[in-house]
Amino acid sequence: MYARLIGEAIAQRAAGPLLFLRRSVDVGLNEAVEVEGADGAVRLGRIAALDEDTVTIELLDDTAGLALAGTRVRFLGEALHFPVGPGLLGRVFNGVGKPLDGGPPLAARQSYRVDGLPIKPSARAAPCEFLETGFTAIDLMNSLVRGQKLPLFSGGGLPHDRIAVDIACNARLPGRAGADAAGARDFAVCFAGIGIPHDSAEFFRNEMEKSGALARTVLFLNLASDSSAQRLLTPRYALTAAEYLAFTEGKHVLVILTDLTNYCEALREVSASRGEVPSRKGYPGYMYSDLATLYERAGRIHGRPGSVTQMPILTMPNDDITHPIPDLTGYITEGQIVLDPELHRRNIYPPIRLLPSLSRLMKDGTGKGLTHADHPALAAQLYASYSQAQQTRLLASVVGDDGLSATDRKFLAFGDDFEQNVVHQGTAARTLEESMATGWAALRGLPESELHRLSDQQIRAHCVPG
Amino acid sequence: MSTAITTAITGSVLRARPDGSFRLREAVQVGERRLLGEVIRIALDSITVQIYEDTSGLRPGVTVAGTGRLLSIRVGPACLGRIFDGLLRPIGDPRDPYVTPGLQDEAEAQRFHFSPDVQVGAQLTPGAAIGSIGNGGGRASALQLRCLVPPDLPPGQVAEIAEAGRYRHDEPVCRLRAADGTLHAIAMSHEWAVRQPRPVAERLARDEPMLTGQRLIDCLFPIARGGTGAIPGGFGTGKTILLETIAKWCNADVIVYVGCGERGNELAGMLAEFTALEDPRSDRPLMERTVIIANTSNMPVSAREASIYTGITVAEYFRDQGLNVTLMADSTSRWAEALREVSGRLGELPGEAGYPAYLSSRLAAFYERAARVRTLGGAPGSVTVLGAVSPPSGDFSEPVTTHTKRYVSCLWGLDARRAQARFYPAIHPLQSYSVVAGELARWWHREGCTRWEELRRRFLTLLEEEAKLERMARIIGRDAMPARQRLVLLCARLVNECFLRQSAFSENDRYASPARQAVMMRLIGTFIESAERLLETGVPPESIAAEPIFRALMRMGEEIPEGDWERFSALEQDLAATVRRLTNGLNQEQRCTPD
Repeated sequence: MYARLIGEAIAQRAAGPLLFLRRSVDVGLNEAVEVEGADGAVRLGRIAALDEDTVTIELLDDTAGLALAGTRVRFLGEALHFPVGPGLLGRVFNGVGKPLDGGPPLAARQSYRVDGLPIKPSARAAPCEFLETGFTAIDLMNSLVRGQKLPLFSGGGLPHDRIAVDIACNARLPGRAGADAAGARDFAVCFAGIGIPHDSAEFFRNEMEKSGALARTVLFLNLASDSSAQRLLTPRYALTAAEYLAFTEGKHVLVILTDLTNYCEALREVSASRGEVPSRKGYPGYMYSDLATLYERAGRIHGRPGSVTQMPILTMPNDDITHPIPDLTGYITEGQIVLDPELHRRNIYPPIRLLPSLSRLMKDGTGKGLTHADHPALAAQLYASYSQAQQTRLLASVVGDDGLSATDRKFLAFGDDFEQNVVHQGTAARTLEESMATGWAALRGLPESELHRLSDQQIRAHCVPG
Repeated sequence: MSTAITTAITGSVLRARPDGSFRLREAVQVGERRLLGEVIRIALDSITVQIYEDTSGLRPGVTVAGTGRLLSIRVGPACLGRIFDGLLRPIGDPRDPYVTPGLQDEAEAQRFHFSPDVQVGAQLTPGAAIGSIGNGGGRASALQLRCLVPPDLPPGQVAEIAEAGRYRHDEPVCRLRAADGTLHAIAMSHEWAVRQPRPVAERLARDEPMLTGQRLIDCLFPIARGGTGAIPGGFGTGKTILLETIAKWCNADVIVYVGCGERGNELAGMLAEFTALEDPRSDRPLMERTVIIANTSNMPVSAREASIYTGITVAEYFRDQGLNVTLMADSTSRWAEALREVSGRLGELPGEAGYPAYLSSRLAAFYERAARVRTLGGAPGSVTVLGAVSPPSGDFSEPVTTHTKRYVSCLWGLDARRAQARFYPAIHPLQSYSVVAGELARWWHREGCTRWEELRRRFLTLLEEEAKLERMARIIGRDAMPARQRLVLLCARLVNECFLRQSAFSENDRYASPARQAVMMRLIGTFIESAERLLETGVPPESIAAEPIFRALMRMGEEIPEGDWERFSALEQDLAATVRRLTNGLNQEQRCTPD
């Protein structure tokens, strides 16, 4: 790295977030800069394009008030880095890694590039260890595995903030003796609020302080009023912190990012101001690749103890799962958990709609030797039966309950029972064993001949009353 | 070689002022880190280069060094059993877990055992074998690889040939004197330009199935060796699982798996699983017959575009050895998106949905490289291509899906509703087709499954009818339908649940041999016919469904393992006994009228 360079009186043109400089120093693509305007404000930026005469800088802060005269540019000589070190846990930062909690600056031990580097597929260890969230609809039906990325697709007015906090507070590494003592030391949460309203930010902070979860959490808060270019950095800072905790300190880190929709809106805004050709719904054509650079940072690495698990939360615009944001996310992440306004109105918490929900890595992290031998079959049977219950509901809505056969009526009852007793659980966290017990109980309402996904042995062991 | 000086950089595209001559599609190395790039435009005073790696830190003034060659990869025995990036550079080195840009020299070139098959003075044509390659060390490889005269060399006479022994894969083992007197060195591996199809002697008819072990594919929508298949499906419909399952169980000699813009964890899982799993046909780890080309979604986008060509070139290399190769590309949509992204950076006019206008011809050129051929060496070989397609919001009318459909011979359309009910493989029988089923019927006939064609038709009509009746049932209720229609629904349920559904995670059922598929097909056929006869005598479908034999048939895929033919015949006898009992056993009130 070379000495930090300062360029003065080289600004030639400014347009939107872009600043064009005369090329007077030898700098490289993607390196970070600090632009100090005549107004004294320091703005962060990066070098977006270079030719022989001009350096194009993309500013990550609001450019209002920036003038060409009197603007000084400091070239940092390397891409944006986040200095991290022990003592991260329990701290609150803004979207670009500056402390918000009034505490001292972090005693940095290492500095990592916020963009991260892609992990070689051959260096990745396949995720196979279960992570308990406390929600039956996730643990039993769509198990989360350490190193996985499993997004929560929410909608307007749904309690995703509450769910995020509950998971941050209740998540644990199960199956260890003294899980609360030893397990808690190995477990950490990295929580990033991206473009969230002030109220939500306060809510997250207070709830975590109240439950004591803040001690094992790093909080990054980018408020709705912060600049949109900064919003693009928030998840990157959070993930850099998570990678440090996981791969240097050896912790199992759960990263909760909320709300990715704000991130994508910021991406669209910045892309439009750069004058790029838009793709679907005005979002840039590279949104898939850009989101992948975030989501793909989840994982485990061979020979290193920790893991980064991601739970990004996004609100589907107009509750439309085919909107580019959930659509592209779903193509990258390993499954999705979908929230449902109808279940929410019926006061079911968490209002998780199971049929479109999926955890792709569940097969690798559940079953014999991992969770419970009958776990996968139970989940498969519940899925099949619930799916049939939904179809029967559709039928009943046309022909009425009277037109149904006895078996169909049992399925109707099963559907209601399943939603009320298995999916719904209120605020109390359940262990996986408790979740499985509620699942077996629900299946007892169905005739044995309908349980095609269970072996005779499993039926005898769990589904025969008494 | 020519060089050029960089004048401007944006993203992965670079402009440079050339000193000397460059060719279009020539490979170049940029800067001290030797980032790999390809020349995509030439003008008198500037060239445009697309860089396949992270360009952070590049600046004007950096040197661009030409290589004089088109973008090429080195194909050879060292490809097997390993994982590479989109430009066939090994990424298995465990010392650094992160992908770092730039060309790294391979730690140690692999060595293989070479034993000559020809003598000095022999006349050889391109594609002829000069020796066999083994991995020596006493360990027998499952595959017999040969060292061939590269297809781009002229015919000639062997001037020198190495003795049997271990050699580096890129070290010359033979020298060939061409007619004009020039000597050409031949190593066990050679370079080939990725965008150029390797020549063959002739293309052969596709009349042999590529068996996948999946009943839904092999029996309903079969694919031929050398054929092409596309798997379109929205997210979560199981494209990747299906491709991986086929990779595990299909009867190809070599699998080339191109993870193109997809998830890193999936490839890691595949790598771990394929190393642990044994190929049922050779008892060697599956990984030994597999080449993985990985360009995950967070690796540089521009290399994603090249990775498809890299994959098919490797596949063609093994085909030229007289092997049957299956290439899987997951997913071609990500490849098309990379095409779109690069095209956007170049400022080309966008076509449909922002994709460049040449999308269709590029897709065609890719799928056309699949074929069953007689190689230059004379042996038959094949490349079968399977491409996953990820249509945005699961809408099959988008450009990549529609264009792909024009060039493939099989389409396996994945259905979100089936996937949501955890019905895997979620291939929707009414949204899928295979244009080669007629040709492949003869193969099944030869294998002793004489009723294959008839039963296949039968199942398909049944499923078609089911779809129609389901719509009706939703309006009038199932119980209000005539018994004959209720029976159709019952039989369709059996076909769906027992025959088409096949769990990739079930020990017994993840693979079905043709014999097991045939026996299940026959049993279900017998059930349908018996049930229809029973109905004629007035036995209602509900009584048939209540019999234990129905549940036994429903679960036979799960319960009865490969090779346990006795249990299948026992099932058949049970079925016959049940039919006899029901024909005579019911009293008059229990009987119904069919219509």
